Amino acid sequence: MATTRAFARLASRRAAVRPAAFLTRGFASVTESPTTSETVSPKASRGPISEKQTSTIKEPEPGKDAKIKTFHIYRWNPDEPTSKPKMQSYTLDLNKTGPMMLDALIRIKNEVDPTLTFRRSCREGICGSCAMNIDGVNTLACLCRIPTDTAKESRIYPLPHMYIVKDLVPDMTLFYKQYRSVKPYLQRTTAAPDGREFRQSKEERRKLDGLYECILCACCSTSCPSYWWNQEEYLGPAVLLQSYRWIADSRDEKTAERQDALNNSMSLYRCHTILNCSRTCPKGLNPALAIAEIKKSMAFT
Amino acid sequence: MAKLTGLQRDVIALYRQCLKAVREKPADTRENFRAFARSEFHKNQGVNKKDFGTIEYLLRQGRRKLETYQDPGIRNITT
Repeated sequence: MATTRAFARLASRRAAVRPAAFLTRGFASVTESPTTSETVSPKASRGPISEKQTSTIKEPEPGKDAKIKTFHIYRWNPDEPTSKPKMQSYTLDLNKTGPMMLDALIRIKNEVDPTLTFRRSCREGICGSCAMNIDGVNTLACLCRIPTDTAKESRIYPLPHMYIVKDLVPDMTLFYKQYRSVKPYLQRTTAAPDGREFRQSKEERRKLDGLYECILCACCSTSCPSYWWNQEEYLGPAVLLQSYRWIADSRDEKTAERQDALNNSMSLYRCHTILNCSRTCPKGLNPALAIAEIKKSMAFT
Repeated sequence: MAKLTGLQRDVIALYRQCLKAVREKPADTRENFRAFARSEFHKNQGVNKKDFGTIEYLLRQGRRKLETYQDPGIRNITT
């Protein structure tokens, strides 16, 4: 009898504990659980409101045999800071839209919803303004083709793990501050031997290929898990690539100082060769190789 | 007074920083800067105290505004 009562008490205690379990915060997984009495969800890390709960804005005048594709776009308006970010759906006729994702975004902004905000400038992959997360990959919207398969829906988010200014515009202040910290300019105290230019041999110049093309779009840095967790201290692949560009430069005389500045556990050695950077780079560069070269040069000096 | 949470302390710290920054401004316009700083905080007094995301965003924005208005070139302000 006593044992059954003990079991009953155990069972009832477990039942009493259970409702509290879904209030605990998970670490990385996102679970959908309805919040009970709160009107404002305290879970800020829950992600945007799903597109299923928001309206769809339709193509204004679909033509004959229109190829209608759906785009889900991340929206957040800083003028209403208490509102949650949401996914807004738009449908476009691909026959009337250019081939690239940026063309679709510009068309939405021009013809459907002028409140959509994103950065764009050159529309040919030279300025690095339109970096965003498209279908799960960080890339430049102007270099990313719209998949012609209209059955699949495209999802566009801002760069991951960045503070958002509005909609698809991330706050790049820290990124540029880090870029400034590697002193991305030629440092020399001696004049050129012939008093004219600082000359390089062809081999010396060749070392800079694959480095100088970087446009600082931040696609690689924001794809790096190490950078996500240690943004304040770890410089990130893009900035380290630029750092190596000046370490490798034969005309620069402050190579040792540049290496010293990186010689701590955080700035450089947070790179664990995850290689997301090389995989995502929209310009086809290899930041991981540059980081490896810095590590190598530091090991042998 | 009840024990404050980290976020509440952050907000109070920012408010203190703002009021201290007022002292660097020219004596005749200090009152304007003070009123401006106070009004900025009053605007968002209604935010739910459990709405962490919003409070963190407003804190970031506030720090940035403080940095901007600290510039010695800004000598007066109207609210």
